[in-house]
Amino acid sequence: MLTTHQAPSVRDAARPRKLERALDDLRQGIFGWRLPFALARLDIRNRYRGSVLGPFWLTLSTAVMLTGLGLLYSTLFRLELKTYLPFLAVSLILWNIISAMVIEGSSCLIEQESVIRQMPQPYSVHILRCIMRNSLIAAHNLPLIVVTFLICGYTPGWVGLWAIPGLVLFLVNAMAVATLFGMLSARFRDIGPIVASVMQIAFFMSPVIWKPELLGDRQRFLPFNPFYAVMETVRGPLVAGGVSPWVWVSAIIYSAILCTAAFLIFQRFRNRIAFWV
Amino acid sequence: MARITAENVGIDFPLYHVGARSLKKRLIAAASRRMSKDESDRVVVAALRDLSFEIGRGERVALIGQNGAGKSTLLRTIAGIYDPVAGCLTVDGEIGSMIDPGAGMDPWATGFENIRLRAWYRGMSDAQAESLAREVVAFSGLDEFLDVPIRSYSSGMQVRLAFAMATAMAPDILLMDEWFFAGDAEFMAKAELRLAGMVREAEILVLATHSTSIVRRWCTRVIRMEGGRIVQDGTVDEVLGPEQANLPSH
Repeated sequence: MLTTHQAPSVRDAARPRKLERALDDLRQGIFGWRLPFALARLDIRNRYRGSVLGPFWLTLSTAVMLTGLGLLYSTLFRLELKTYLPFLAVSLILWNIISAMVIEGSSCLIEQESVIRQMPQPYSVHILRCIMRNSLIAAHNLPLIVVTFLICGYTPGWVGLWAIPGLVLFLVNAMAVATLFGMLSARFRDIGPIVASVMQIAFFMSPVIWKPELLGDRQRFLPFNPFYAVMETVRGPLVAGGVSPWVWVSAIIYSAILCTAAFLIFQRFRNRIAFWV
Repeated sequence: MARITAENVGIDFPLYHVGARSLKKRLIAAASRRMSKDESDRVVVAALRDLSFEIGRGERVALIGQNGAGKSTLLRTIAGIYDPVAGCLTVDGEIGSMIDPGAGMDPWATGFENIRLRAWYRGMSDAQAESLAREVVAFSGLDEFLDVPIRSYSSGMQVRLAFAMATAMAPDILLMDEWFFAGDAEFMAKAELRLAGMVREAEILVLATHSTSIVRRWCTRVIRMEGGRIVQDGTVDEVLGPEQANLPSH
């Protein structure tokens, strides 16, 4: 037998026990991580089926973009290529991760419609599947950072280890974003395109290809940009020798707001997802 | 002990992505008693209305009724996909659902990979996953095809795999849509044997179907649905009338 005996599952419209069931959902998804992980790996395998380079196409295109943008903008901004390139490599790769997590996160539930409507599963499985898939794809880009650092003869030193808590914050935010926008765009189908265009504007408005120093005095307003704050917790330790505490304060405040909003919406509307997709 | 209890269960489907204001929808809404508007001017379809029933151990229940009567919605609600919007549904026992044979299967993955995937979907441990694989290998009779991506399977082979996976490690409650009758005669005989065995072990089968011959062969009780309501509930003969001798039973 599969289980000795489960407690009867009671679903009473008058007493929905939303909080309890939302926590259960998250717990099952996270402790059963092997399922979303296996699904994420199958997704990658299917997405790049028959392709020679597979996910390394992304590495290659990032490498080409790095070389091109590096040459162009180091001339435009009159920066030395050797100091600009490590910055650009880290920035671009982090931005690719942010953008993929946000854009794919907002379709994480819609794209699993066939599973959601046929098989009872914790919804966190679909969310984690999307996060894990994008993390695995992103991992193919990370060697580029090392290669760029080697070519430019740059070492971040021990302070670079501070990037690790930054990456953890990244993942927490990715989970919240996928939950929040995954649900919103399942209910309101316009959210997906809106998110995609906001991400494009945010790319130019945030210091990704331009260095924060270029803002001069107004640099102190940057922590108000959530993309900058979250990105800088990883980028700062790697290329700027550390980050100001304000960046961390701002990143943590933004993450807390995002996570709270995501959890509140998840626990309030979780049982409507099957009707939305 | 396996048991399903429904008390005044209702499900409303808001039609989210169709714009309640279009003229066509207005016409439909005016013509149908099942469609109505809710307080925020959305078109709402009453898929299930005020269902109360109790299914106990050993019962093999057929849900019959026209397309759109609510059979599949009821199966999905019992399976835990939809939460009741009204009323209370209590399900005691582990559920195996075979609502869509392709659900949760990856067409590009091999039969074995799909078995492992299913084991994870069902939250099994490694040991349980292995015995699931053994049972599926033995029952499905797919042999070397289990090493081939399932997109190359015939529909009959897909049904074998899906049926074997859903009934292996016997669930307490088995929910089925009638798709699985796509199997060949030899497989059907095996499938029937297996279902009979499951029900002998005091478990529940709920089957949505259009075919009266299937109902007569497989079921002990019939629930007839119409417009999201239960209109008849009783033994096979009570609901369908006594079997006529001159009709061949398939």
